[in-house]
Amino acid sequence: MFDLSILIPSVLNGLTTGAIYALIALGLTLIYGVLHIINFAHGASLMLALYAVYILHTKFGITPYWALPILIPGMFLLGYGLQKIVINRSSHGRDENILLVTLGISIVMENLALLVFRSDTQTIETDLTLAVVEIGPAFISTPKVIAFGGALLSSLILYLLISKTDLGRAIRAVSKEKAGARLMGIDVDHVYAMTFGIGLAALGAAACFLLPAYYVNPQVGSGFVLIAFTIVVLGGMGSFGGALVGGLLIGVVESLGGLYLGESLGQIGIFLIFILVLLFRPNGFFGAKA
Amino acid sequence: MKPLLSIAAFTAVVALFPLVTDSGVHLNFVMMALYAGLMGMAWNVLAGFGGQFSFGHALFFGFGAYIHIIAQLSWGINPWFAIFLAIAVSALVGAVVGALSFRYGLKGSYFALVTLAFAEVARILALSVDITGGGVGLMLPLKPSVANMQFESRVGYYYMMVVMVVVALLLTQWLKGARFGAYLQAIRDNEDAARAAGVDPFQVKLRAIALSGAMMGATGAFYVQVFQYIDPAIAFGPQASVEALVAAIVGGLGTVWGPLLGAVVLHTLSDVTRNLFGALPGINMIIYGSVLVLIVMFLPRGIAGLGVSVRDLFGKKRS
Repeated sequence: MFDLSILIPSVLNGLTTGAIYALIALGLTLIYGVLHIINFAHGASLMLALYAVYILHTKFGITPYWALPILIPGMFLLGYGLQKIVINRSSHGRDENILLVTLGISIVMENLALLVFRSDTQTIETDLTLAVVEIGPAFISTPKVIAFGGALLSSLILYLLISKTDLGRAIRAVSKEKAGARLMGIDVDHVYAMTFGIGLAALGAAACFLLPAYYVNPQVGSGFVLIAFTIVVLGGMGSFGGALVGGLLIGVVESLGGLYLGESLGQIGIFLIFILVLLFRPNGFFGAKA
Repeated sequence: MKPLLSIAAFTAVVALFPLVTDSGVHLNFVMMALYAGLMGMAWNVLAGFGGQFSFGHALFFGFGAYIHIIAQLSWGINPWFAIFLAIAVSALVGAVVGALSFRYGLKGSYFALVTLAFAEVARILALSVDITGGGVGLMLPLKPSVANMQFESRVGYYYMMVVMVVVALLLTQWLKGARFGAYLQAIRDNEDAARAAGVDPFQVKLRAIALSGAMMGATGAFYVQVFQYIDPAIAFGPQASVEALVAAIVGGLGTVWGPLLGAVVLHTLSDVTRNLFGALPGINMIIYGSVLVLIVMFLPRGIAGLGVSVRDLFGKKRS
């Protein structure tokens, strides 16, 4: 049962999925950390991005990795617009209202996809689909290895963006002290929209790395959204490192859970972790204050 | 007395409706609007009066549905008793979820997410255990007779729904005036102040989620009886949770009539769209989602709040 030749591939597979989870969760945790809102439409936005990659590949022959320069700005604009036009005007002083509006947005996105693409599950084939990389006793499919590297690289770029640039400084200033940042001449609404845009741009990148190794259907986002929430809560709302470690951890938990409990029951492990962490450690394990 | 008169008048109108129409389509329309309204009323008890927004009311819906059908199929219990068992279990599930979440002080968005996770866990469990029939679902054999709660015509189910809605209306009206309801609304408006005034928020919220769960469980049992089929996606999937909260929010949170009003408006909208564009997949939910976004953006007090705002404008006191 604990045969290493089964265990190691399973852990490695979990890590590759986990890196993608981490990238998705980073967008969510960034939005939470700065705007202090929970973006329930995160999963549905990812689904839209996956469909965009799918269409670019099947209709225009653009390989998913070459779609990155299209997807990243595209998703950024979507996020910027959503925050500026819809979400910004909806809170009326209550956090729950944001949750409701983003829930509404995700319902609309998912069902528009259902209307346009029907409920069929779609996959794509690239030159690399059948290629594998040998790592010790494990054969990991090349798209997954690329996804792993791409997700980590994107996370690093995101980190540098937040920690080293002027925009990042403005974002951190707003997240710490909104009123003070405004007095320093920072346009808070613009920074909010930029942050939301960057959070969704991360999804655009994630979609490009994910689709060659995964699939897309209109419901695909709802699976990711709870996993992303779990990671964000586990890592501590708003914590960058927490999301990264949490993502890898959840990827491995899911993979091992699937190995020992079967595909569907394995998912329960994630939700149980989610419930337990919410109940007992709502600030997460990596210290960021909620 | 006036509120009770409105409920009586409403009861008379919906009870007499089958006498003036032969159209099964009209009857079905009103029945399903009432059904969605009942879900909204269940959600409203906890969210509208108690301020606790649940994203996982499907949990109670699913438990109501599964207990109701399993009691009949596996335990040989008559549906007229099974429905009360289903309601009781749903209330209990509500109490358990409430005990866990409120004990550890979950509020706002965190509470919403944890309820969603509970519903998901239930969905996956229902897919994996034998007694629910797994992904295949469970079918209620057709045995038409009043003793089996299976009516020859739609009218029987219609009256069953009317009774449930009237009970829910009376409950909500009672909640509005009773001491318990006052505690609940005090907690919604300011939990710390309510606690300082001697209210035990944990106890009050616990009772509210149990009551809300019971009402939602009743709609689940009704669903199974009418459609004679249930599977994990219908029972615990997001659809039921969404229908419940959208009806309540669109109509107006914390009001007696809001959820019903919201349900009627939403059903009318989806009916009109169906007539215009035909039955497109997902079109209903697109409407629900868009209406939800627009209402939260522009009418956070719902349609019922619109009347209040107009009255406020003319300087009359709110009742």
